[in-house]
This record gives sequence, C-alpha cells and structure tokens, in this order.
Amino acid sequence: MNQPSEVDATVGDVADVPPLVSLRRIVKSYRRGQQTVPVLAGISFDIAAGEFLALMGPSGSGKSTLLNLIAGIDRPDSGELIVAGEDIGGLSEAELADWRAQHVGFIFQFYNLMPVLSAVENVALPLLLKDMPRTERRERAELALEMVGLADRMAHVPSELSGGQQQRVAIARALITDPTVIVADEPTGDLDRESANEILNLMQRLNDEIGKAIIMVTHDSRAAAYAHAIMHLEKGELSAREQVR
Amino acid sequence: MILALVFRNAFRHKLRTALTVVGLTVAVLAFGLLSTVIEAWYAGAEGASNARLIVRNSISLVFPLPLTYEQKIHQIDGVKAVSLANWFGGIYKDPKNFFVQFAIDPSTYLDLYPEFVLSDVDRRDFLRDRKGVMVGEKLAATYGFKRGDTVTLKGTIYPGEWDFVVRAIYTGRDARTDVAQMLFHWDYLNETMKVRVPRRGNQVGVYIVEVGDPARAAEVSRAIDAEFRNSNAETLTETEKAFQLGFVSMTEAIVVAIRVVSYLVIFIILAVMANTMAMTARERTAEYATLKALGFGPAFVMALIYGESLAIAGIGGAVGIALTFPVADAFAKAMGTLFPVFVVSKATLCWQIACAAAVGLVAAALPAFNASRVKIVDGLRSIG
Repeated sequence: MNQPSEVDATVGDVADVPPLVSLRRIVKSYRRGQQTVPVLAGISFDIAAGEFLALMGPSGSGKSTLLNLIAGIDRPDSGELIVAGEDIGGLSEAELADWRAQHVGFIFQFYNLMPVLSAVENVALPLLLKDMPRTERRERAELALEMVGLADRMAHVPSELSGGQQQRVAIARALITDPTVIVADEPTGDLDRESANEILNLMQRLNDEIGKAIIMVTHDSRAAAYAHAIMHLEKGELSAREQVR
Repeated sequence: MILALVFRNAFRHKLRTALTVVGLTVAVLAFGLLSTVIEAWYAGAEGASNARLIVRNSISLVFPLPLTYEQKIHQIDGVKAVSLANWFGGIYKDPKNFFVQFAIDPSTYLDLYPEFVLSDVDRRDFLRDRKGVMVGEKLAATYGFKRGDTVTLKGTIYPGEWDFVVRAIYTGRDARTDVAQMLFHWDYLNETMKVRVPRRGNQVGVYIVEVGDPARAAEVSRAIDAEFRNSNAETLTETEKAFQLGFVSMTEAIVVAIRVVSYLVIFIILAVMANTMAMTARERTAEYATLKALGFGPAFVMALIYGESLAIAGIGGAVGIALTFPVADAFAKAMGTLFPVFVVSKATLCWQIACAAAVGLVAAALPAFNASRVKIVDGLRSIG
C-alpha cells in the first residue's frame, strides 16, 4: 500500500476567526476483502462559518467520504477533525450521535424522508431528540416548511410530493434543529434541471439569509456554481480550489 | 409521533401485514382451542374432590364389588358418608350418541355431590320415580331432553332395553361441573338385573366415600383396603382426583400429541413472523441509517422494530383471543357431550397473550439487533 501523501489546502479566508471546520492530515481507507483501498490521503483544510462550499471530483475521489467524516457519520483512520470547536474524532458513538443531532443538518440525494410520515412530521422528527413540547415541535416544523415554500403541503406524505418538494422538506428538516453546519450529498442528483435550480436557489438563499455553513458534494458544475468556493478532489487529495463568488 | 411511526410502518405493506396478522390470529386461536381441549381432558380430574374416595375392585374396574361392603366401609374410622355407583354404558339410539350414565343411590349420592344443583321440585320428582333420571343441562340441550320425556337406552354391559323418564335437569355449581351426565336409580338397575340375570344382582361398580378430614384421605384409603384384604373382592381405594387422572393417563399420548401440535403451531407462526420482520428491517435499512444520522441512537431503531413487531403480534393475538370464545363454543357444540366441560380458562387466555407477545418479541430480536448495528454510511448506500 502506498503511504498517503499530505496535502495542505486552507479554504477559510479569515485568519483571526477560528474556522468552523478544521481538518488536519485526515487519512481514510477502506478494506475491500484482503486489500486496503486508500480514499483520503492526509487532507488538511479549514472551512469558515457561513461558507457555502462545493466539493467536486470524479467518482471515487473521496468527496462523499470527506463529507461523511465532517458530518460525523464516519471516522478517519488518523488525523484531527474539529467541527464547531469539538474534536469529533474522540467522541464515542453515543456522544457522536448527540453531537450530530445538535450540530449537523443532512440533505441527501434521495431525500431520505420517512415515507409514512407527513411533511410536517418529517420535519419535526429531529426535534424528538430535544426536550420540547409537541405543540412547539409542530409550530417550528410548520414555520420551517413555510420557509421552504411548502406551507400548503404540510399534511402530504412524501409519495404525494414531487422530487423537488421532497427535497425542500428534507432541507426544512435539516434546518429545524438550527444546526452549525448543513451537509448535502448530491442534493440535486435526483432532480430535473428546473427542480434542481429551485433547490440550489433555496440553499443559496438560506446560506445568504441565515448564514448557515453548507458543504455540498456534487458532480454538477452548474450546481457547484451556487457555492462560494469549489474544492476539487482527485484520488483522495485536494487538487484545486476555486473561488466562485 | 413515535407511535404513529410504529403503527404506520406496521401497515406499510398492507397485504404482507394482513397475511401475517391472519397467520397469528389462526395460530393464537388454534393454540387456545387446543389448550382448551387439553383442559377439557383433565376437567374431570380438576373438578374432582380430594375429600371423596373411590373404592373399586383391585383387579379391575370391570369387576364389581359386593353390596355388603357398604356397611363395612361405613364403620371404618374417618368415613363420613358412603354412596355407590355403577357405570351403565347404554346406547341412546346410535352408538355415536355417547354420554355418561351412572346408576346411583340418590339418597346418599346427591349429598356427596353438592356440585349437581337441582331445584326442590326436580329433586322430589327424581327421588319419587324409580325409573326417573336426572340429566345435566348440557346433555338435555344436546338431545332435547325435557322433563317427562321417556328415554330408552340399549344396554351393553347390562342387557336389554331400559326405559327411563326424565324427572330432573341439573345445573353445575361452577364451570368445572360436568353437566353432561345422566344419573338414575341404582335400585332400578339392581332389581331389573335380579330378574334378567339373577347372578348379577347386588353388585356395585364403585363405592364413593366421603372422609371427614381430607388430610386423612390416605389413612382412610389404607384402612378400607386393609378391611377387604384376602377377601374374594379386594379393593383399591384412591382419591377421586387420582381415580380420574388414572383415566386421563390412559390417553396421555393423545394429550401429549395435542400439546406438541399447539406448540408447533406457535413455532411455525414465529418463523413466519420472524421472516416478515427480517424482510421489513432489510427493506428499511436506509431509513434506520437516516434516523441514526439524524442523531437517533441504536436503541430508538430497535424500539421501532420491536414496536412494529409487537403491534402486529398484538393485533393478531387480540383477534385470535377474541375468536377463541365463539369458536370454542361452536367446537363444544360440535363435539356434543364428548367434552362435558369445555371452557376457555383464564390460564389459557394468559398463555395466548404470552405466546403472542413472545412471538412479537422473538421475531423482532435478530432484525432489531442487526438494524441497531447498521453503519450509517453503509445503510445510506442501500438507497437507489
């Protein structure tokens, strides 16, 4: 196996403000049978609070793995991973679950809504982990759905909504807990162009208006153009950084 | 919302869930019915008293005892009362119309069996008429016997045609009382036999002995058997319960087979249910991974699967239990007087509930364990 190379690429521009996400010499590999397949080869970079970052790269470049590590749903083999001031590499499974509930909002390619719950119930779902009365959960979920333009679809179950509408429900669910960072894995990968633009506009608006940091993995350069910056990964290493706006 | 998630998930695949519920219903119903059959088998012994002893010929029940033993038994210390009975074994119209018939001495027998409840009028009419019979309410209902009806039995043990008149219909003091018997005067049997087959006169099938103190039952039993040791008809005395269980033990293999079948039914539905839950959990791997990504712990995922499994088992079990009563009634009617006591007991209900709950819990165990261990990244990958 090749030794992972160390790459240093700092994205955050503001030197005197601690970064929201800080990765140092992150190494990750997977076992495939007897073989160890390196995925991330010692990546280091920072992401500032309020940043909208797009991660691009060919299949197998490690961008989804990188996103999973930042979201706390996977663990690096080595390196330091600090998100919102917490070294999440040192957290136990239970602590990591609590940390995700508090700090991370998820937007998935296939929406990942609970098919048997209505839009408003799906959005309120993460609030079950908070000590919050039922009525307050409901009110907050309704407000979140209004923010994403689905006030008239609250009682609909996912199968009664279009792909774009389902993704908007997922965005509302990601926002409901007021997370520190929103991670989006190919959020427009399953949508037509028109719906994709609607979703990207919505994400950009949320980033601009609420200031939520968004890290988005995408294959689509048109989707990436909505971000502040684009980071390109190739073979587990950062190959380029591009400032978009 | 958690309950909504559990119940709506349970009915996501309506056909699959409906078939599983039907399977559970049938299994719980069958288990309840088979358990009731087993209880009915033992009902005679359950309803028997430890204060009553049965004295029979030690060689075999088919050999009688002399009538003279009655007075001798009376004189034994600890004996409070003595009565007698003969198994009649007559056929009513057709051999398939089986029911229990005993020739008894009503003057003593009815005091020994207070569980046979008679109205004063019926008691008086029965005692007055030597050809009179008292029949249990279930027997009366089965064959439509009414007071004043003549019932003719064809003797098998006691030859000839035997005419009786229904004079009394008794009820049971409690649900365990056998209300499917026909009891008639021993004197009628004895006097008729003296005429038809004189050598078979003054013969008694069994003596029923009431002991003053049930704690002395063993001692009194030994005293009775000692009294008749080395006589022409040695006796074997045992409690009524032991006597009844002796009959049950003759058919023990059938009871064991029924019990095994009842457990097999539950085991089969457990396998079906486990398969349903395994399929369900496998299909929802991505959902469980999503829940875990959102911050829900493995225990929450396990609770969802256990909840869903218990919901399905609970519905199937509840319907099965509810159906047990009418089906048991119909079964009892179809069986006629074969099972004199056929009542779904509280113990059976508790076992049905326990079986349904156990099926729900066991079926969910492995899928819940596996789902709780699903790695989020692997689970999310199972979409699309």
